[in-house]
Amino acid sequence: MTESGKPILYSYFRSSCSWRVRIALALKGIDYETVPINLIKDGGQQFSKDFQALNPMKQVPALKIDGITIHQSLAIIEYLEETRPTPRLLPQDPKKRASVRMISDLIAGGIQPLQNLSVLKQVEEELQLTWAQNAIISGFNALEQILQSTAGTYCVGDEVTMADLCLVPQVANAERFKVDCTPYPTISSINKRLLVLEAFQVTHPCRQPDTPTELRA
Amino acid sequence: MKQVPALKIDGITIHQSLAIIEYLEETRPTPRLLPQDPKKRASVRMISDLIAGGIQPLQNLSVLKQVEEELQLTWAQNAIISGFNALEQILQSTAGTYCVGDEVTMADLCLVPQVANAERFKVDCTPYPTISSINKRLLVLEAFQVTHPCRQPDTPTELRA
Repeated sequence: MTESGKPILYSYFRSSCSWRVRIALALKGIDYETVPINLIKDGGQQFSKDFQALNPMKQVPALKIDGITIHQSLAIIEYLEETRPTPRLLPQDPKKRASVRMISDLIAGGIQPLQNLSVLKQVEEELQLTWAQNAIISGFNALEQILQSTAGTYCVGDEVTMADLCLVPQVANAERFKVDCTPYPTISSINKRLLVLEAFQVTHPCRQPDTPTELRA
Repeated sequence: MKQVPALKIDGITIHQSLAIIEYLEETRPTPRLLPQDPKKRASVRMISDLIAGGIQPLQNLSVLKQVEEELQLTWAQNAIISGFNALEQILQSTAGTYCVGDEVTMADLCLVPQVANAERFKVDCTPYPTISSINKRLLVLEAFQVTHPCRQPDTPTELRA
């Protein structure tokens, strides 16, 4: 914690996993400080000894809060939900909660890890774009189908949930990797509705302390 | 997602193993698979997500098939080694008898199958004494034995216990 007692978020402006947590903090009205970790500069600041001690997985995000350090974005979000329960990020009904977690895990465990920087670096350079696109397309094919039964205004019903916090950053990744989202009208329309909400705007990669000048909003 | 597991229960179908387990925990709360304390729950989820999101997806069948055949073993090993290096460190602060304290939690349910994967991919687990000893303690428990891959309805004869 800082001297002021504020939580500290270790984040990279463009990291989709970091963005999920930024949205959760914004929605819950939790004031925090950002320590930017540049995943590319200096060979990747996530590999520094200091950061490795904080998160042995050498990944962002990590959150220092209430005297502990948590990493893994969904573990962070569930902790915030349990300790700062309003507004809710998970519905009350267990079956709806299962849908929220299922969608979140599909994105956070089934798509993003396959197209993150450290995995792409292990693929031959000329194959990297196709690799990333395939990961996203496989996942979005499944997600578009799942949303047929779960979605209302947002991913699960009509309230913003943890699933939506995962969706928007993943769609941003899809755009970065030039994935054609025309086959995914439900994903696209939910994404559009979420992007107008303040919490998704203020936490956007284009408005972060470490956003490079040329990418700033 | 064209993956296992999927569970049909209470009139719904859930997939994603951790979403299934959390649903079981919320609807059949005893015995607990997550501690009561939010900070310990965070540790359980952190370890579970590290394995289920940070290791396994990188070495599962559909990903390995996209890698050249002669590189597949190394690819799988690297995924596991990176993850286990981190996990061994994390367990220094969370582990008691098991991954988080002295009760079996969702984290332990993730650990044992991942160690089995490590063995299948010939990963040397000597650098991971905490992972190895927790795994050993868990494997003697009945729930881990009856559910072992060598005792399933679809276990091939030559791999049956």
